[in-house]
Amino acid sequence: MNTSALPTALSQIVDDFQAVTEPERLQLLLEFSRELPDPPERLADHPELMEQVVECQSPLFLTIETEKSDGGPADSVRLFFKAPPEAPTTRGFAGVLHEGLDGLSPAEILAVPDDMPELLGLTRAITPLRMRGMTAMLGRIKRKVAALPQQS
Amino acid sequence: MPYPVEQNEKFAAYAHPERLVSTEWLAAAIESGALQDGKLVVVESDEDVLLYETGHIPGAVKIDWHTDLNDEVTRDYVDGAAFATLAAAKGISRDSTVVIYGDKSNWWAAYALWVFTLFGHEDVRLLDGGRDKWIAEGRALTTDKPAITPGEYPVVERNDAPIRAFKEDVLAHFGKPLIDVRSTEEYTGQRTHMPAYPEEGALRGGHIPTAASIPWARAAAEDGTYRSRAELEALYLGEAGLTEGDDVVAYCRIGERSSHTWFALKYLLGFDSVRNYDGSWTEWGNAVRVPIAKGTERGTAPAHR
Repeated sequence: MNTSALPTALSQIVDDFQAVTEPERLQLLLEFSRELPDPPERLADHPELMEQVVECQSPLFLTIETEKSDGGPADSVRLFFKAPPEAPTTRGFAGVLHEGLDGLSPAEILAVPDDMPELLGLTRAITPLRMRGMTAMLGRIKRKVAALPQQS
Repeated sequence: MPYPVEQNEKFAAYAHPERLVSTEWLAAAIESGALQDGKLVVVESDEDVLLYETGHIPGAVKIDWHTDLNDEVTRDYVDGAAFATLAAAKGISRDSTVVIYGDKSNWWAAYALWVFTLFGHEDVRLLDGGRDKWIAEGRALTTDKPAITPGEYPVVERNDAPIRAFKEDVLAHFGKPLIDVRSTEEYTGQRTHMPAYPEEGALRGGHIPTAASIPWARAAAEDGTYRSRAELEALYLGEAGLTEGDDVVAYCRIGERSSHTWFALKYLLGFDSVRNYDGSWTEWGNAVRVPIAKGTERGTAPAHR
């Protein structure tokens, strides 16, 4: 798999990870954890509107919403995540997916390969077990996107 | 023990009070400059591999249970040479006093302490209450990387036998007490992994026959500190039915949660022979033809083969 199959923003993130050494990749993941935006209040105050991804080691909730883009044919998908500050690895994964996928069309998100997290080059540094959480997060997003009502 | 041992009423009741330090004690030791000469080294060991980087006790170094202490290829711990390299790189010498703390009531910290003990590191202690208590008390945190003067650590071969049990040891142990420290759902066989944790691929659910179910967190108070001696006795002597002098094996899923219980039995209640079965359920629940009990009953020991 190469990064040319990925949406531009995600491909850029993967390139950034691959360009640096392993310790620097961890630092980069930490930066993504800090940049993950909080969900809007209407979601933050209603955790029942978000789904827990149980494969993650720490509590991680996510949901998606769609927006009609002006004059465009496709909806764009907005992603919302909630994870506690004491779970920086989980937040970092969510941050990567948020920056890489937020605002894309359903078709673009569905085209992201399921094993995309492996491209970040973190498996050795943080162990396969911890990587599973991110793969599960991407899988959950894709399942939710696939379940959206058919677009006209 | 090169560094003075903390004296307080709670610890004094334990069998080995020298294995715990309080947050007050550690804060005062750091304040007095104890970390300057490598006599005292503070280690953070967490479940989350990035948590240390978000802020840690000033001067503390990080050791990750998985990337630092586990062998990358074999399912085993690192060998003597790798441990010596790791310790020296963290500023730890053979005669250093090491204080370990971490997240989740010190569950991973206890695991790291157990691995240090496999290598016979003499003076290794837990910070009672761990990371959460330190933070709850509003004590100092920093993201500054500590300046480390490499320690001098000899290559010491691991001595597993006294505190580590393998599957064959557990099969030979039937008739003596076992403690299962997993959640009730895992014990009964309703599920094979922790609630809200990833499935780690055990093919069978249940517990090792005759094991008493005492979930590890019951040994911890709300603030993450160990419960008092009297409370621990009610739990392990009362509920689990251990008696003084018992030879005990504790297990969980991969040996991390049971390290927390191992510490309580070994150092707080003073059982001489306590082993941690680190193969735990991810081995037992996949092994061919080992006996398994399901449900809430402890079950009976199989006849010796």
